[in-house]
Amino acid sequence: MTTMSAAEPTRRDFLYIATGAIGAIGAAATLIPLIGQMNPDASTIAAGAPIEVDLAPIAEGQVIKVFWRSKPIFISHRTKKEIDEVRAVPVDDLKDPQTDQSRVQAGHEQWLVLIGICTHLGCIPLANQGEYDGWFCPCHGSQYDASGRIRKGPAPLNLAIPPYKFVSDSKIQIG
Amino acid sequence: MSGLSTYQPQNAFLKWFERRLPIIGLLHGSFVGYPTPRNLNYWWTFGGILSFMLGVQIITGIVLVMHYTPNVDLAFNSVEYLMRDVNYGWLLRYIHATGASAFFFAVYIHMFRGLYYGSYKAPREVLWILGVIIYLLMMATGFMGYVLPWGQMSYWAATVITNLFSAIPVVGEPIVTWLWGGYAVGNPTLQRFFSLHYLLPFVIAGVVVLHIWALHVAGQNNPDGVEPQSEKDTVPFTPYATAKDAFGLAVFCIFFAWFVFYIPNYLMHPDNYIPANPGQTPPEIVPEWYYLPFYAILRSIPNKLLGVTALFSSIVVLAFVPWLDTSPVRSARYRPIYKWCFWIFVADCIALGYLGSQQPVYPLTLIAGVCTCIYFAFFLIVMPLVGLIETPRPQPNSIADAVLKKAKSVAAVLLVGLAVGVAGLVGLVGSSTRAAAQEAENPPMQKWSFAGPFGTFDQAQLQRGFKVYNEVCKNCHSLKLLSFRNLGEPGGPAFTEAQVAAIASDFKVKDVNDQGETIERNGRPADHFPPPFENDAQARQVTGGALPPDMSVLAKARGYKRGFPRFLIDMVVPYQEAGPDYIHAIVTGFSDKPADFTLPPNTYYNKYFPGHAIGMRPPLTDKQVEYTDGSPQTVDQYAKDVAAFLMWAAEPHLDARHRIGFQVMIFLVVFAGLLYFTKRKVWADVH
Repeated sequence: MTTMSAAEPTRRDFLYIATGAIGAIGAAATLIPLIGQMNPDASTIAAGAPIEVDLAPIAEGQVIKVFWRSKPIFISHRTKKEIDEVRAVPVDDLKDPQTDQSRVQAGHEQWLVLIGICTHLGCIPLANQGEYDGWFCPCHGSQYDASGRIRKGPAPLNLAIPPYKFVSDSKIQIG
Repeated sequence: MSGLSTYQPQNAFLKWFERRLPIIGLLHGSFVGYPTPRNLNYWWTFGGILSFMLGVQIITGIVLVMHYTPNVDLAFNSVEYLMRDVNYGWLLRYIHATGASAFFFAVYIHMFRGLYYGSYKAPREVLWILGVIIYLLMMATGFMGYVLPWGQMSYWAATVITNLFSAIPVVGEPIVTWLWGGYAVGNPTLQRFFSLHYLLPFVIAGVVVLHIWALHVAGQNNPDGVEPQSEKDTVPFTPYATAKDAFGLAVFCIFFAWFVFYIPNYLMHPDNYIPANPGQTPPEIVPEWYYLPFYAILRSIPNKLLGVTALFSSIVVLAFVPWLDTSPVRSARYRPIYKWCFWIFVADCIALGYLGSQQPVYPLTLIAGVCTCIYFAFFLIVMPLVGLIETPRPQPNSIADAVLKKAKSVAAVLLVGLAVGVAGLVGLVGSSTRAAAQEAENPPMQKWSFAGPFGTFDQAQLQRGFKVYNEVCKNCHSLKLLSFRNLGEPGGPAFTEAQVAAIASDFKVKDVNDQGETIERNGRPADHFPPPFENDAQARQVTGGALPPDMSVLAKARGYKRGFPRFLIDMVVPYQEAGPDYIHAIVTGFSDKPADFTLPPNTYYNKYFPGHAIGMRPPLTDKQVEYTDGSPQTVDQYAKDVAAFLMWAAEPHLDARHRIGFQVMIFLVVFAGLLYFTKRKVWADVH
């Protein structure tokens, strides 16, 4: 049982390293389809196209829930009182400092559009509950105000704003 | 697994670990230090190849389950969406489906190798029987996997195979009902087959561990069949066997990749792209190729119970081989009579396989009967008798001696030639019988831009084909599996986003509004093509009896028999265009009926349609569809364009398949080349 002799070490080593390297590249390339298949498929991506929502039927003070990309989207028709309240809060006191103005679109201050997922661990907060006239998450007690900003509890960030634009005064397109 | 482990860990942690769980030492003893006979040839690499294939099947299988739905209403479509929408879904499914064939191909080589070199003889009887058990488990697993896509062949294979058990006297019927979980093959059957198809591969893996354990206790047999006596007769498993196995595996993968990327549907039956229909058996039922010899044995006996008994006996007899063979000599190299009998047996198995794929008509039934007798005679007469009457050639004293006096066997080449010749003869008889019985003419072969390993779809042609579908075919034929968005995807007609949106909005799609009423709205790119009829009954009403088939996978669900020897050539010169050729032929094949042909009412005469009476009226006339790119506005051109469009609809990722296939091929050839030189370097001082 002779093992490899020391003859021509460089050429032999090069061959072994080249073979091993090519094999490793092949093995790595094989992982691409095996991992890629778990990403969203084409039909899921196509179903994530923008949606349009008619705002006309939403009464002042009412919050509705629609779904976009399988996520709940809150659309809140805020009252004058709610708007004044959230704008009176000093921004520096907030955990995630943001003005109410930066969370709505100019000229449409009464409309607040939010992704209705608690930034703590993904539960859906309940509307019109809690101490801040906003949302209360039943899972771990996070509380958001009428601008969707985190005020109390374990959540680190304000409720996220989805991409949306006003198609007309009473219609928005989300996505 | 034993093996003389000389593993001595140096590292302090490994020493600590090894004292508590000596698994590294076990693996080292089994796959590194383990002594293998130095004269093993490439037929011995198939053990490693089989382990690899089991791994491939388990990994791709686990992935497929992430996208598959075991329900009679959803199974077929879930497989189709896997092929269309899931990233690399087509690749993973083709690897799994073709992998089953590659697995069986390798196992047959492995089994024939065992029979030739006497690897079943003492002290390897248990090793051999474990192998037979693995083979039986593979057959069960393969069969149940074939049922899962829930196509026509799936359904009818399930029906036929489960009915084999009805041949058992008295308890047969209750057993079959128990297997089905109903009065016929149905949803309960599909769900239990799915469960078992997931379970059995792991059982196989377990038995494989026992198989390897038994192998490492008895030691490997070798081409000369004499046991290693000294260190001179063996080499350590690593690097010697590892290097050789790796090279063999890489070459095997080249063939495997050829099937996966260039002829993935070669081994599949077009009927399995038609969703299961419990009300109609396809005109020709054939199992997967790897069961064909047993199917031929079953059919060769015109008695239900005897036929089924013969089928099961033909497999069970393998387990008794260690005691049926009376010769003390292992390797057929030193058994002049047995060697001939072995090759006749191989030819017989190939002939049975071919006969199993053909219609059971005279004289093929007679030949199948003879072949069945030869099959059993090999085990029950040849094996016991030849051992007693044969005078073996002198065996070498040791493996080292055998390696030094390496005799080139010209006879082996001649015998392989003989086997192929006999099989070819049976093939010719078969095809001439078929030619006589054949009624519909074969469709003429067209030139397709997507044919061959480098073929790609012609975008302009697909756009024209879609125009033909959109203006003519869609009035009767649905395209249920496709969405409008598919029309804009790369590798297809590649309409622009705006064009896709415009096409979609021309269709009316059913939806529900906020008030809960059913409404019709304009289509959007993400919608599926809406069907032209509410249901099958309405379709039949409108068309006058015939049901226009869905066109989503039509180009893969249609084809025609290629006959011998063309079906063999199709493997080497890839031919996957039987579907488009057939569709083109049907559209252009209308003519006046011959005087002696009676046409049933509401049908039309078509040269290429099986039975000639087709329910579809000639769908196209010259100048019916306006082309803006100057292509001829003839029925022939329309037929070509729509057939190409339907091929894309059935196989939307064909371009990507060919492109990735080329990259994989280049990689494998380079890798196999490097492994060859590595293997030569490793073995340089042994030879």
